[in-house]
Amino acid sequence: MKIKQLQQYIGFGILAACALFVVIILFVILYDIAAQGLGVISWSFLTEAPRAGMTEGGILPAIIGTFFVTIITAAFSVPLGVSAAIYLSEYAQEGLLTRWIRASIRNLAGVPSIVYGLFGVALFVRALSFGTSILSAGLTLGLLTLPWIITTAEEAFRTVPRSYRDGALALGATNWQTIWRNVLPYAFPGILTGAILGISRAAGETAPILFTGVAFFLPQLPGSLLDQFMALPYHLYIMSTQHHAIEAVRPLAYGTALVLIVLVFFLNLTAIIIRYRLRKKYTR
Amino acid sequence: MITSPKVETKNLNLYYTENQVLHDVNITIAEKKVTALIGPSGCGKSTLLRCFNRLNELIVGTRIEGEILLDGKNIYQNGMDVVDIRRRVGLIFQKPNPFPKSIYDNIAFGLKIGGMKNKSRISEIAEKSLIDTGLWEEVKDRLHTSALDLSGGQQQRLCIARALAIEPEVILMDEPTSALDPAATFKIEELVTQLKNSYTIIIVTHNMQQAGRVSDFTGFLYLGKLIEFGNTNILFTRPKEKLTENYISGRFG
Repeated sequence: MKIKQLQQYIGFGILAACALFVVIILFVILYDIAAQGLGVISWSFLTEAPRAGMTEGGILPAIIGTFFVTIITAAFSVPLGVSAAIYLSEYAQEGLLTRWIRASIRNLAGVPSIVYGLFGVALFVRALSFGTSILSAGLTLGLLTLPWIITTAEEAFRTVPRSYRDGALALGATNWQTIWRNVLPYAFPGILTGAILGISRAAGETAPILFTGVAFFLPQLPGSLLDQFMALPYHLYIMSTQHHAIEAVRPLAYGTALVLIVLVFFLNLTAIIIRYRLRKKYTR
Repeated sequence: MITSPKVETKNLNLYYTENQVLHDVNITIAEKKVTALIGPSGCGKSTLLRCFNRLNELIVGTRIEGEILLDGKNIYQNGMDVVDIRRRVGLIFQKPNPFPKSIYDNIAFGLKIGGMKNKSRISEIAEKSLIDTGLWEEVKDRLHTSALDLSGGQQQRLCIARALAIEPEVILMDEPTSALDPAATFKIEELVTQLKNSYTIIIVTHNMQQAGRVSDFTGFLYLGKLIEFGNTNILFTRPKEKLTENYISGRFG
């Protein structure tokens, strides 16, 4: 009896330690970045362009670049991904074709992001002649996000009770009316949460935008979607590895990291709030 | 005997993948009467019920042979519009399944998908369906609150109101009171008796007292076969078949 109890304690202890380890890592990262980055955060850091060979000034162009790229990413991947998920979960009969499609989506999710970058160069930059631009980079990130959005949206559709579909069909609704009016609204919180999380992940990616549109430094803000841009993750990469005075700009790099993390955190927080509010509306 | 058949099945066989679920069912449903389908669990009574509005075909692997005539026309014939059939033949589910929308929107749903745009007309119909189901007084001050806040019995009556709103000719009920308490059950039974003045009703039930109380005709199914069919009073007091007698006297079930 004693030994069994001891086993129990040790087992729980190990599991709890593992869980705690994850949390500790997160906090160490957050603390490190906040401690070293907070000092440079100021209004001018957020609203000014880099100056003097990027050793002074702020990161406004990088914030704006990341913002617009993220919008392109969302505008491309959310409608496409959700539509694909509707097809897969509501229309497609289980069979060889759908098995193939699902396997492809899973594999797509496993493709390294740098490969997406190269693909983006081939397709968007060259073949479609969008050049290195916000558009090319946003679309490339959209491709990267697509498998995630399809998977989470399909998951969301699966949580819609069968009785909502059958109830609508029994009232003479067509398949499409059922999906549009009864399935989609209910799955919406899940879809939105998945989409925001996927997009916030894409906002922090460097490799896919590396060859498709991001620039080291630009003297002015992009004027159109076909211009090059600066982006937070790439700016961070430059400041911490490629700059001629790395030690001197270290605080600026940490400041950039902090802004990026806060941005992603806010996106995730939005996802959580939306999910919470809509869940409350649909379940009793 | 039944002089005015509303629905008729002719040599109806239903297969689910390899299994035959219904065997050669021939049943006649009288217009503006209540027909009860009784039988032990798994006898195929719910399956038979869902044939009448073609909801079975949503389940992959279901195959049907034979005919089901609605007003003399085979609803499984090529070219029959399934949406139209389901609007003529409504279904009330075993578990109340209001949509996670307001009470009003639940009723408006069927009208809107049918293409009705006139808001005041929709309101009129919603009010009438709620009055017909005895729900109006209980919900008239909160039509725009969530239907999920209603009690189970109210939810089921809302589902009936929702079905009535699109003016079906036949109403199918799949054990509509099995999830409800006795008081709510009583209200639904009362409602069924009222509704038969305007609608043809087919009700599946586990509860033989219920079949006795509400129905004019009763069919007893066993292992996918229609064992006996007839006037409810006669079937319950002088069944012809030994199996029927055993079932209604509670010797198996």
